Amino acid sequence: MKRPDLNRATLLEARGVSRLYGPGKGCESIDVRLHRGEVLGIVGESGSGKSTLLRLLSGMERPDAGQVIYRPAVAQGRDTVGREGELDLYAIGEARRRALLRMEWGLVHQNPRDGLRLGVSAGANIGERLMALGERHYSQIRAVGQDWMSRVELDSRRIDDAPQTFSGGMQQRLQIARTLVTRPNLVFMDEPTGGLDVSVQARLLDMLRTLVRELGLSVILVTHDLAVARLLSHRLMVMRRGQVVEAGLTDQILDDPQHAYTQLLVSSVLTP
Amino acid sequence: MSRSAATASGYNFAYLDEQTKRMIRRGLLKAVAIPGYQVPFGGREMPMPYGWGTGGMQLTASVLGQDDVLKVIDQGADDTTNAVSIRAFFERVAGVATTTATAEADVIQTRHRIPEQPLRRGQLLVFQVPIPEPLRFIEPSEEETRLMHALEEYGVMHVKLYEDIARHGHIATTYAYPVKVDGRYVTDPSPIPKFDNPKLHMAEGLMLFGAGREKRLYAIPPYTRVESLDFEDHPFEVQQWEAPCEICGARDTFLDEVITDDRGGRMFVCSDTDYCQSRVEEVA
Repeated sequence: MKRPDLNRATLLEARGVSRLYGPGKGCESIDVRLHRGEVLGIVGESGSGKSTLLRLLSGMERPDAGQVIYRPAVAQGRDTVGREGELDLYAIGEARRRALLRMEWGLVHQNPRDGLRLGVSAGANIGERLMALGERHYSQIRAVGQDWMSRVELDSRRIDDAPQTFSGGMQQRLQIARTLVTRPNLVFMDEPTGGLDVSVQARLLDMLRTLVRELGLSVILVTHDLAVARLLSHRLMVMRRGQVVEAGLTDQILDDPQHAYTQLLVSSVLTP
Repeated sequence: MSRSAATASGYNFAYLDEQTKRMIRRGLLKAVAIPGYQVPFGGREMPMPYGWGTGGMQLTASVLGQDDVLKVIDQGADDTTNAVSIRAFFERVAGVATTTATAEADVIQTRHRIPEQPLRRGQLLVFQVPIPEPLRFIEPSEEETRLMHALEEYGVMHVKLYEDIARHGHIATTYAYPVKVDGRYVTDPSPIPKFDNPKLHMAEGLMLFGAGREKRLYAIPPYTRVESLDFEDHPFEVQQWEAPCEICGARDTFLDEVITDDRGGRMFVCSDTDYCQSRVEEVA
């Protein structure tokens, strides 16, 4: 029997990262390890520090203490990435960090309006990252845009429409297409299904799951919705008051929660 | 060429005090050293509203010498309001000689055009700039645009051009067409028609840009590479006209449409009045 590879290389690692806005607010010495091709879910109630953690991991906010280490795929010789292909996210310069965010990483905001340029058409939104990478052929950019619109189940004939004319669910799809168009190594998602009604949410999740599998994405997913976490993530971290109270395989945590808070969280899920 | 007799007393030469002029010249030196980079400067109040060329005037005042000959144009013409009043201003406060002939001028202050006659070595062209930041329409935050310049994050400039093609089928930006200076800084060449963009490339004169409201100045030094941004399959093109200038017959100049009556009568004439006139005189 063929067994899955259990010792996959680490892609992103956080060592004791802390960022506190006040006692119990923010996150406190957290260790995270994300393997290549893995979806890691971070769950917890509002104010538990999960979004703060995401900002720390994605290079948007400097931690008070601790390190975030990124290990890109085998150094392709285009950049000196330091010893053993390790990048200490907050030790490298801002230029490199922003280039990383732009080229190798992707970020899906909860509110698609934060991630989209509302003043320009859907096609320009999808093409932006390509143009930032130096793509200068209009027809090719447009063709890629149309391809991605159909991948995220949007009507590719609407490529010239402004994002404002799209519904909330469609805007979220557009944001996902815009992020994934450059095939990022690592994607951060902050409540990607927040604010959508359940049927739209279900289709979006279905699509996300397919894309994650097809592209072999590594994802860090922040959500307060345990159902979303169960559907998408391989591993889970449960946060409360800035600390990780439990971590492990998703099914294990949701089916057999050990910590009292996790038990409360799991038992609070409504089932119609 | 005419030298004004009625120089106003009580003002320093060219209106600004010497310390201010030194400050602006220091900024200009930095701007020349880093082509296309926007240098902040302490803009002064000028006796004119913002938007009328206060940035260009401050630069002109700082670089003007007592023996220099000044030419001022507005949309290519020497006789429009803006040009006439700025020329009169420098005649009064500096007493310098003025001219309308491009070739005779040492300093040319311009609004919205580059003269048709190529600049020669040693000539200074001073532009009046309303909005110096080419990224402004896409990124409203000044902090962010500065960072984008520092890190050469210019992908968004092409987003704007992409949007043009998506909406109009071609790049519809016709003025203030963004350029890349010396392969580094994306720069707004002020609202000149894109017809004039090729004149920025490898020009022999020094081009200075001053924005009074935004208090920024920048420069394109002589013999500097200036490329207009475009797509591989939608290359940069300049405007073209079907008919030549109706006064001088030129086919290679930027033409203005002039309405001649209220029954739809119109004619196309050179916007550079000095160039047009000199061609007419040559023929005569």
